[in-house]
Amino acid sequence: MSQKDIYKRLEDVFEEVFDEKVTLSPETTAEDVEDWDSLSHITLIAAVEDEFKMRFNMKEVSTMKNIGEMAAIISERAKK
Amino acid sequence: MAKSLLYPFDAANLLKNKKRIIKSYKSDGKPRIEKKIAFLCGSTANDIKDVCSIFLLDDMISPEFYLSEYGMYWEEAVFGGGVDSFSPDVIYIYTTTRNIEKFFPEPGCSEDEASRFFDEAKNHFFTMWEKLREKHSCPIIQNNFELPRYRLLGNRDAFDHRGGVAFVNRLNAFVSDYAREREGFYINDIAYVSACYGLDKWSDQSAWYMYKYALAIEAIPSLAFNLASIIKSIFGKSKKALSLDLDNTLWGGVVGEDGVENLSLGEETPLAQAYLDFQKYLLKVKNTGVMLTVNSKNDHQNALAGLNHRDSALKPDDFIVIKANWEPKNQNLIETAEKLNIGVDSFVFVDDNPAERHIVEGTLPVAAPEIGEVEDYIRVLDRNNFFETTSLTAEDIGRSEMYKANIQREISQSAFESYDDYLYSLGMTAEIKRFIPEYIRRIAQLTNKSNQFNLTTRRYTVPEIESIAGDMKYIPLYGKLTDRFGDNGVVSVVIGRKEGKALHIDLWIMSCRVLKRDMEFAMLDRLAETASAEGIKEIYGYYLPTQKNSMVKDLFVDFGFLKIDEDDSGNTKWFLKTDGYKKKNRFIDVL
Repeated sequence: MSQKDIYKRLEDVFEEVFDEKVTLSPETTAEDVEDWDSLSHITLIAAVEDEFKMRFNMKEVSTMKNIGEMAAIISERAKK
Repeated sequence: MAKSLLYPFDAANLLKNKKRIIKSYKSDGKPRIEKKIAFLCGSTANDIKDVCSIFLLDDMISPEFYLSEYGMYWEEAVFGGGVDSFSPDVIYIYTTTRNIEKFFPEPGCSEDEASRFFDEAKNHFFTMWEKLREKHSCPIIQNNFELPRYRLLGNRDAFDHRGGVAFVNRLNAFVSDYAREREGFYINDIAYVSACYGLDKWSDQSAWYMYKYALAIEAIPSLAFNLASIIKSIFGKSKKALSLDLDNTLWGGVVGEDGVENLSLGEETPLAQAYLDFQKYLLKVKNTGVMLTVNSKNDHQNALAGLNHRDSALKPDDFIVIKANWEPKNQNLIETAEKLNIGVDSFVFVDDNPAERHIVEGTLPVAAPEIGEVEDYIRVLDRNNFFETTSLTAEDIGRSEMYKANIQREISQSAFESYDDYLYSLGMTAEIKRFIPEYIRRIAQLTNKSNQFNLTTRRYTVPEIESIAGDMKYIPLYGKLTDRFGDNGVVSVVIGRKEGKALHIDLWIMSCRVLKRDMEFAMLDRLAETASAEGIKEIYGYYLPTQKNSMVKDLFVDFGFLKIDEDDSGNTKWFLKTDGYKKKNRFIDVL
């Protein structure tokens, strides 16, 4: 699974959760996406985990700073 | 009904797409009833509210929510808060075992101390419920408690006075007792739902530490679905009937090809036992008031032969309508619905064949669950809560008999020369009185289910009916009709509200089963008689048109009222003087 694949699939997930098209880069954070707040973050994490069939651990969820860090963990851990 | 909203549903999909799904329902232009639902929250509940609204919107309820401040469920209930000015139609107390851990006995405490901790927990909730019932007359739904996430005493936890498991079980029994002894108080059984889901998966601790969610995020749809089914039931949206296939649904094999003797049904093989168990389950479901009908591609006599199988638990007589033919099943379903005089959307279609399910749910607003293999049939039907009952009256239990008696009446009618002769031959008697406690639940149920013979389409909950029953400012009447074929039960409800010397008819409903029998005239006679005796000089009637109640548009004309007003929306107002009222009922002997 290439980084390009991961980003494309993440963008699809974002589009479903936020109901709008989003372009993601490694530096993207919650500040950059309009409805991404602490509540929708919960749905987002669950949706990303479901998409890539993996779980983030608590430490990762609390310390993830941007999409780049999220994609790195997905890259390491995702089964498909 | 959208397949993804039936058990087993795709939880991840629901959570991920909830925003779009809700938006799509809200913009589909379909008419929905609006209900205000207040959540008193013991922990985070936002996604629960969102997913719950999906299930409600799908079943034609448009919810408006109020969520209490985080964790302030008790304070708001007892000391007041936003929930009071919100004027909810339903109050939901969302607490979980996380909220009662503070009452758990310590490992070192004595039996007395443990007892005192338990009393504190009981009082905590009892005070809240009593206060809420004092201030609000709407239904209340309370979560019971899921099993604790660890057992300090191992298996001893289940019976020791210091055990958390024992504590939860005892507290659940307390909540259960409270619900059983009262009307209008219901339990959202998360003890059961979490067990079905799997306690280990349900108790995902990271969801608590990170988000203060008292359950795994993926479990939210299961909880929301369970809650939604109670709310739907309160507002009359539970399903009423099953449309059942026969071959490979009620027995293994195809009766027209294999012959009755070769069907799998009975004790001989695992498969036979599974089908027999399913039949026994359906028989029990029928006894809770759900109507069974057959919808099978078979020659009629083969269908009957199969139902008369030596080991069959279900007999032809258990079905109100049997359609065994070669017509399309959606057509059969429409005709069956017409015969029973209930909406097509009250049916659940049970068929092992995905192609048949696809046609039916593709063309009709019918739920057609993916029942899987025979060993799963009962579980899939059960978990969908199609027939959730917030009340179970004697009338529900006898419903099949009532509907069959009605079909007999129709047959007898065709044998008469004149309709009047037929009505006399029925030997009808009616009991028309002020509301009594034993019919309160049935009355409330009727106000929520009646759509066609319904002048004002006002809906009432059990607490509201109780309140009206005891208030002399009202003349609330129920009508129960019996004839030589059987007892129809409570079939009509009329509520008149006094204002000085005038009586305003707030509600007039009647079951379509008893149309054209003079029952509405019998109700009017009693209403006029009672009103007159209580000093009422004028009666005002109201008709508020809806998509479903055009049949009663001119009811007041038949009643001899005078139309005194009509507005642009077709709402009409009618007037009758009580002086000089002449009785109109000719055929019913009223007790």
